[in-house]
Amino acid sequence: MKILVAVKRVVDHTVRIRVRPDGSGVDTDNAKFSINPFCKHAVEAAVQLAEHGHADEVVAVTIGPAKANDVLLVALAMGADRGIHLVTEERTEPLAVAKLLKAVVEEEKPDLVLLGKQAVDDDANQTGQMLAGLLDWPQATFASAIEVNGDGLKVTREVDYGRATYALKTPAIVTADLRLNEPRNTALPQVMKAKKKPVDTRTAAELGIDIAPRLMVEKVAPPPDRAGGQAVGSVSELVDIIAEVAAGGERA
Amino acid sequence: MAVALLAEHDLSQLSETTARAVAALGAVGLPVDILVIGANVGVAGGQAAAIEGVRKVRVLDDVALEARGAEALAEILLSLKDEYSHFAAIAGAIGKDVLPRFAAKLDVSPVTDVIAVHGPNRFDRPIYAGNAIETVTCNETKIVLTIRPSAFSPARSDGSAPIEPLATPAASIADAAEFLVAHRTSSDTPDLSTARIVVAGGIALGSVHHFEMIENLASVLGAAVGATRAAVDASYAPNDWQIGQTGKAIAPDLYIAIGISGALQHLAGIQGARKIVAINTDPDAPLMQIADYRLVGDLFEVVPQLTAELEKRLNR
Ligand SMILES: Cc1cc2nc3c(=O)[nH]c(=O)nc-3n(C[C@H](O)[C@H](O)[C@H](O)COP(=O)(O)OP(=O)(O)OC[C@H]3O[C@@H](n4cnc5c(N)ncnc54)[C@H](O)[C@@H]3O)c2cc1C
Ligand SMILES: Cc1cc2nc3c(=O)[nH]c(=O)nc-3n(C[C@H](O)[C@H](O)[C@H](O)COP(=O)(O)OP(=O)(O)OC[C@H]3O[C@@H](n4cnc5c(N)ncnc54)[C@H](O)[C@@H]3O)c2cc1C
Repeated sequence: MKILVAVKRVVDHTVRIRVRPDGSGVDTDNAKFSINPFCKHAVEAAVQLAEHGHADEVVAVTIGPAKANDVLLVALAMGADRGIHLVTEERTEPLAVAKLLKAVVEEEKPDLVLLGKQAVDDDANQTGQMLAGLLDWPQATFASAIEVNGDGLKVTREVDYGRATYALKTPAIVTADLRLNEPRNTALPQVMKAKKKPVDTRTAAELGIDIAPRLMVEKVAPPPDRAGGQAVGSVSELVDIIAEVAAGGERA
Repeated sequence: MAVALLAEHDLSQLSETTARAVAALGAVGLPVDILVIGANVGVAGGQAAAIEGVRKVRVLDDVALEARGAEALAEILLSLKDEYSHFAAIAGAIGKDVLPRFAAKLDVSPVTDVIAVHGPNRFDRPIYAGNAIETVTCNETKIVLTIRPSAFSPARSDGSAPIEPLATPAASIADAAEFLVAHRTSSDTPDLSTARIVVAGGIALGSVHHFEMIENLASVLGAAVGATRAAVDASYAPNDWQIGQTGKAIAPDLYIAIGISGALQHLAGIQGARKIVAINTDPDAPLMQIADYRLVGDLFEVVPQLTAELEKRLNR
């Protein structure tokens, strides 16, 4: 089986971002960027499938600015065999990303495309589902376990009532949740090796796909402030506060 | 034109989140129809018809739809595309799974996790784990939305909309993921995303056995139980109890957070909480900074005492 795994460069999940005072967006100028955590789980899943003899090639793809090369390197250091970088400095909505990924799928003909379930910047949680829709492939989103099952896959998904297991015929789309696996750390030797792996860098524009944003971001605002409150001195004081709400009367 | 809202239900009962989405969609200014799709969903259909402000309820009852796979639901929505200008679903596991797939087939960008509706095509949604709220305008030919239920109060339930059957579209569904088995969390606690009180525990509980302290307190209060990702990863709590950026968003009147530091990704799920109580040994924990009431103390001493006293007080 051949696996394509999509990785995205995002503001590091530990950064507390700031909204620009003029409401034009989020100030990411000096922020640390890294690979989206969910994408790391997707890469780990792909590499594990290869290590267990279920996949002969893992291709990592990213769409983003020139600097997004960093996150491809992470995927390659973790064990992906080669990379594809579609360069664009534009803001790309999930629909645009899905269309570009579809073009890559048509070239590469993978049996499985793994993506993160969401990216921690936009939190859209859309791209994998949209790619599945465009390709008319089966989808298993929010995966917490992937097994090879004959010539298909068995995927456990995290859903609102717990978990549910599905059988998928390939080709298929799977999006990774955080409990799917424990992504490996990579040390310098792997990174050095990764730098020698082939990366096909092209402009997204070459694909001739309309990727203009469809949504207009009018403004970006910080969430309402939570002021913080009072220290409670004892458990019985807390009992009074909680009992009032629980009794269904006054709101706390 | 009109709005089609995909109802949220567990096959037998309609989820209260549906009435919240109806309330949210009121600001679109168009009639709202509810689509109740699944197997044996007659009761849920009746409950949907009682939601105030609904034009009609369309019920598609088909045993083949028990698992409500994204592939099938997207095709059903697609068969209705000429009848509606807006398609909406609740931003739960089903809505998040289906609506983007459907939107891609329509060639439109969806707006997911909407927390405010400012008219037919202007919406607010959180980004960066809720650290910023973006207002977007959507000029697509069709508007596709998922609504975060915790951001809205439910519409009243004294309506009586007509109920019509909806036929399964003829188009066969290509290769869909085949549902094999559900691993349901057995629990009779209220639904996290609509509960009035939520009690949650973090990694500090230390074991699945100790986590029962949280469940006991919740039971005394008739509250829903939540957990941090750390507690779920450690298997102290099931995954569907996780609150946060990658779990559920809650908006209770009262949120009681026990042994929880308040990481950015956790805070993302609790912005709708009206009042927050935090119990932590560390007065400087981020959640203690924003809590309305903070008690510095060891949860292993505080929680049993709190539970016992509340039980006495509430006479349960
Ligand atoms: C220069 C720049 C400016 C931006 N400005 C804004 C802005 O002002 N407002 C705004 O809302 N957004 C902005 N964005 C973000 C952009 O709109 C998002 O990348 C897009 O909306 C996708 O959302 P998501 O990543 O949350 O998708 P999700 O659907 O949450 O992503 C899920 C998965 O899809 C895959 N994926 C997603 N994107 C890529 C990618 N590019 N390459 C490879 N795989 C991918 C990954 O596997 C990821 O885990 C900006 C981005 C850039 C580069
Ligand atoms: C991409 C991504 C997504 C994530 N999504 C989520 C999410 O959806 N939800 C989520 O919750 N997390 C999420 N996380 C994880 C998050 O970053 C934190 O790691 C997690 O929330 C911490 O959980 P915690 O508060 O239980 O543990 P800790 O941060 O370790 O905090 C434990 C707290 O318990 C206190 N404590 C210790 N002993 C006692 C005692 N005896 N009595 C009282 N208090 C005590 C400590 O002072 C501390 O404040 C995500 C992380 C990433 C990277």
